[in-house]
Amino acid sequence: MDIASLIFSPTFLATIIRMTTPLLYASLAGIVVAQVGMMNLAIESTMLTAALMGVLFSAWTHSAWLGLLIAVAIGVLMSFVIAYAALVLKADMFMNGVAFNLMMAGGTTFILYVVTGSKGMSSGVMSLTLPTVDIPLLRDIPVLGEVLSGHNVLTYIAVLMAVLMHVFLFKTKLGLRLRMVGQNDSAAESVGINSVRIKILAMCIAGVMAALGGCFMSMGYVSWFQTNMTAGRGFIGMASAALGGNHPLGGALASLLFGTADAVANTASTLNIPSELVRMLPYLVTMIGLVAAAKSAGKMKRKKVDKP
Amino acid sequence: MKVLFGNERPDRGTIVYDGQPRQIDSPQKAVSLGIGMVYQHFNLAEELSVAENIVVGMEPNSGIFFDKRGAAEVVDRLAEKYGFNVKAEELIRNISVSQKQKVEILKSLYRNSHLIILDEPTAVLTPQETQELFKQLLLLKEGGYTIIFISHKIDEVQAICDRLTIMRAGRVMGTYEVKELTARDISRLMVGRDAVQTIEKPPMEEGGTVLKIRGLSCVDRHGITVLDHVSLDLHAGCILGVAGVEGSGQKELAEILGGLQQPSEGTFELLGRPGNELSIRERRDLGMSYIHEDRMTYGVAREESITENYISTRCDDPDLGGRFLLSGKKEAQLASQLTERFSVHCKSPSVPVKMLSGGNIQKVVVVREMSTNPKVLIASQPTRGIDVGAAETIHKALLAARQGGCAILLVSSDLNEVLELSDRLIVMHGGRITGFFPDVKKLTEEELGLYMLGLAQQSEKELTGLYDDGKGGACTC
Repeated sequence: MDIASLIFSPTFLATIIRMTTPLLYASLAGIVVAQVGMMNLAIESTMLTAALMGVLFSAWTHSAWLGLLIAVAIGVLMSFVIAYAALVLKADMFMNGVAFNLMMAGGTTFILYVVTGSKGMSSGVMSLTLPTVDIPLLRDIPVLGEVLSGHNVLTYIAVLMAVLMHVFLFKTKLGLRLRMVGQNDSAAESVGINSVRIKILAMCIAGVMAALGGCFMSMGYVSWFQTNMTAGRGFIGMASAALGGNHPLGGALASLLFGTADAVANTASTLNIPSELVRMLPYLVTMIGLVAAAKSAGKMKRKKVDKP
Repeated sequence: MKVLFGNERPDRGTIVYDGQPRQIDSPQKAVSLGIGMVYQHFNLAEELSVAENIVVGMEPNSGIFFDKRGAAEVVDRLAEKYGFNVKAEELIRNISVSQKQKVEILKSLYRNSHLIILDEPTAVLTPQETQELFKQLLLLKEGGYTIIFISHKIDEVQAICDRLTIMRAGRVMGTYEVKELTARDISRLMVGRDAVQTIEKPPMEEGGTVLKIRGLSCVDRHGITVLDHVSLDLHAGCILGVAGVEGSGQKELAEILGGLQQPSEGTFELLGRPGNELSIRERRDLGMSYIHEDRMTYGVAREESITENYISTRCDDPDLGGRFLLSGKKEAQLASQLTERFSVHCKSPSVPVKMLSGGNIQKVVVVREMSTNPKVLIASQPTRGIDVGAAETIHKALLAARQGGCAILLVSSDLNEVLELSDRLIVMHGGRITGFFPDVKKLTEEELGLYMLGLAQQSEKELTGLYDDGKGGACTC
């Protein structure tokens, strides 16, 4: 099979959507934190931890949904701890995020080993997956149905979340206050807004998003947990948040771009190209995307200065 | 004002507002009492709209959704009522400074403030914008609002205020009806020394011109002229004092000479070299030293040790080590020598500067700037906010440098300092030199006040004494 026919097949387009899902969640987590004027480096480890927790708790509770719920709760807890340490105890947020990433990279493997006796995969655990959804009517349309229907429920929730995030940030009072804090927290304080509380709230929302993304990896995309299975998707999500101008729609488009790169890498690795080379592609695209974003931001700034 | 708005707490005393004693411990409390504050530096979110900035935290209508249109309507109505020329939909980053100020005032009005405090509101405005603001303030006054207008511009106070409280160095000098006072009275109450401390100084031994400033001007980023064609000569062995209310252009003058800003017009010559074109390094190598008024930002690296701060301006000095590495021994030698010379109180020169008191930090700065035996010294507010003992040490050092032939430009808002140390004095107001006094001893404080507040202005002819215009007859500092 040649590359062209691979890339233009409905299966490939469906793969793009699948690959985009975790990135979209991570990017939404990045967006809400960026809108409040912070940066959460621990999105990656939150995703990874939630991926493991979803697997374990779905096996223990015999309910995929309960597993998901507990994983999300743990994601929120992690984000809260980071936010509390950074905002109330005044610890450095970046160092904290890095520490969490390193700790949970080892920590998830350790927990996996303690529970299953394996250091690589959770195949010994009878974990459950979240259902896929066939959309009536849409699934009967040729090509389009194949591309858009039959995805995991978390994929559709991701789209819903992007819409909800947009409404939350730009149409609600709380969203307005959140953006105010992000732009000038002393201005927000001066009108009686508790900026620390708002920042913690934004971090917790980010925790929910990251955990959903992590659970998609282990309970939708595949049905097991694997060491370091998020493979930097938290960071790529942050990059797509930045590339998308910290706007849910922009973030979704940027995620789609990175998701495509991921899908190309995935598909091309079945061909005769060295897979290590192809695996670099998503990250390369990320870098190019970030440079482009920085360039356009620089232009906007210059325009601002030019104004009298 | 910070106390009144809840940013700082009083050590003593009470605030009676609306007939009741109040504890104002946060800005939120002040807002809820109906006090609004408009700072010189605005508290606005640049990427949000005018309406969003005004209503945030107290959005119209109930429910969780933000009613953008409703907010815009409320704001437009409010703006129209008081004749404010701002549009609710515009983003803050796209509007002018004077409009931003109006947004701040609207923010207070929206929050039902009845007392509005304006801190030097005209400092950022052009004359036309100032007139517009005054019209609106009078409208607000008629609307029953109380306004506190903080300013050091007498003509503005006379133009729109009814009653006036004069403050000097943290003390109230009295409250008067504006009509009862002449500008001269106000100036007399505003400017003056509480106690005259004389400083002994040997007679001046004047040398040649080391710094020639010609027509130096500076326009700030808001387009306001903050330094307006300043010309002067500075001679070796002489202290030229620069007096004036803060914000009259002294800071810009010092920063241009020091290399932190570029002039928009005019030139200066430092020891015969064109000063504008020299890098800070070149200026220092020529023999210029600069004591910046903001010692914590420009004076020291606060996390670093005293020794490191000493050598920060002379890392390349061959006396300090070999070709690549600095010699710890030689550093320590220099440090202990300098520390002793100025009696900087510290456990050892290796403690971080931030552990020292303000006076000792300033001593570190001054001793460093002096230790290179400069030919020209720009000293901005060299003793501001420090204890008497440290100030005395610094004064002695300045006089010693003068004896050694150093030319000193002394910018200070401490009248005692500037009157006692200076051999000659210029006064600045609104970016211009309003007066030049070759003999400081003859100058009275009352006279000084008139020039500081812009009520008096010497003619070009009188000011030519300040610099050699090539036509001869100049006898200057």
